[in-house]
Amino acid sequence: MKDAAAIVGIAETPFARTLEASEKSLAVQAILAALDDAGIEPAEVDGFASYTLESTDEVEIAKNLGVGDATFFAQVGYGGGAGPGCVGLLAMAIATGRCRVGVAWRSRKRGSGGRPWAGAAPQVTASASWTRPWGLLRPVDEIAMLTRRYLYEVGATRDHLANVALAVRKMANRNPRALMHDEPLTREQYMSARWISEPLCLYDNCLETDGALACVVVSAERARDCRQAPAYLHAVAQGLPRQSHAMVNYWCDDPLRGPSWVCAEQLYRDSDIRPEDIRVAQIYDAFTPLVLFSLEGYGFCGRGEGAAFSEGGALEVGGRLPINTSGGGLSEAYVHGFNLINEGVRQLRGTSSNPVAGADTCLVTGGDGVPTSALILRS
Amino acid sequence: MTNGPLLPPFDEENAPFWEAARRGELRLQRCSETGRLIFPPRQRSPWAPHTQPVWSALSGRGTIWSFVVVHPPLLPYYAERSPYNVILVALEEDVRVRLIGNLVASEAGDIGEVEPDGIEIGARVRVVFQPVGAEIRLPRWILA
Repeated sequence: MKDAAAIVGIAETPFARTLEASEKSLAVQAILAALDDAGIEPAEVDGFASYTLESTDEVEIAKNLGVGDATFFAQVGYGGGAGPGCVGLLAMAIATGRCRVGVAWRSRKRGSGGRPWAGAAPQVTASASWTRPWGLLRPVDEIAMLTRRYLYEVGATRDHLANVALAVRKMANRNPRALMHDEPLTREQYMSARWISEPLCLYDNCLETDGALACVVVSAERARDCRQAPAYLHAVAQGLPRQSHAMVNYWCDDPLRGPSWVCAEQLYRDSDIRPEDIRVAQIYDAFTPLVLFSLEGYGFCGRGEGAAFSEGGALEVGGRLPINTSGGGLSEAYVHGFNLINEGVRQLRGTSSNPVAGADTCLVTGGDGVPTSALILRS
Repeated sequence: MTNGPLLPPFDEENAPFWEAARRGELRLQRCSETGRLIFPPRQRSPWAPHTQPVWSALSGRGTIWSFVVVHPPLLPYYAERSPYNVILVALEEDVRVRLIGNLVASEAGDIGEVEPDGIEIGARVRVVFQPVGAEIRLPRWILA
């Protein structure tokens, strides 16, 4: 499967706190634009992959875009863990002959939609029944619990979380698409920001965004005839570690060894590209600590060394491993991590707002807090 | 909009936990073959899937493994009590088993009463059971 398929088209709608258009309308708009980017007609699409949280199904997409007879359609669960997994499904389907032109997308009105914890009661079922009654209500609370332990165990401080927030904000400040393009962030602002769930403050949290993104996947052979330079899917993997729970991953033997570790083991098993070969990465950043956890999981440093790795501007342009070069979920847009996929492709095309010199590979990850996925792109 | 606390619905897997809590007892499942504690409750032991777990009483003692201090925006019931702590307690019988709870200052203390600066990872705690709603007594924790 290695390099058998490639991303040949990417697109997104504008990002905003509030967009007028519906999620369906945004999805159709993004997919159509991604096909235009690739130079492929909608009628050629015969494969679909999406998040289980997606509100617009394949039937709706197909009937709007005049898609022909589709032969592959599937979904991946766990919200922010799903993005690379969706692209991976298409790569597998294409490599095994189940379809020829696949699209993956995510459309979400999280900015203008209701906050689940401020409106109707969230469901208190399954694992939530062991956390929510005590007031551990929101994703930020769930990740803050792991973060406090992490800071304690490795001797890190809020400065390390700020390293992530500031690095990613600088990326956004150079990306005109980013919601935070015009909003610089200083360490002083970070340190004086209001708490959301201690030890996490406002700037440790991703944005609330309306928007949609899509990408187009075809075989390596077909990719050579497309409008854009292909971003080959060198390796793709998923990970759901033994005895892990989504978000509230407190009941496995070692909660600080998150899903990234299992996903990375599978990813590199299939890859000629090693962590030391990767010069730029798009790491899922719904919350700043997830980046530190993922740096460890994906092998850029050892267990407990993610915080120290972030020092000295390592995550910024010119640093050891620039991350989230579009501004990521923290500062460009939070659309369950799909913008990380498109930005990975842009790095290989050389069209990023923060181009990394010599970037011929890029790691793109899903969220460390949930059963997750990741992919390695190469030019 | 909900104005009360979020309470767990009883089901076949968790009912023995909540029935025990109502009697002021902390009970969890154990693997009937290995004796290892199992949490959250489930149908089968993951270490011996052909067997069903058995329920057993615990000491109700542990140490704080981690904690957060929660601030708004929150559901109204919780916003009124914020900022409040939520702790994760590693149990004395097996530190790999961790229960979510709150640190309270006394047997009937409220969740927002404990000064966050006074909470420490590693602190020894013991369980108390506080009535929340008509049918539930929530396990919470005081310093031991």
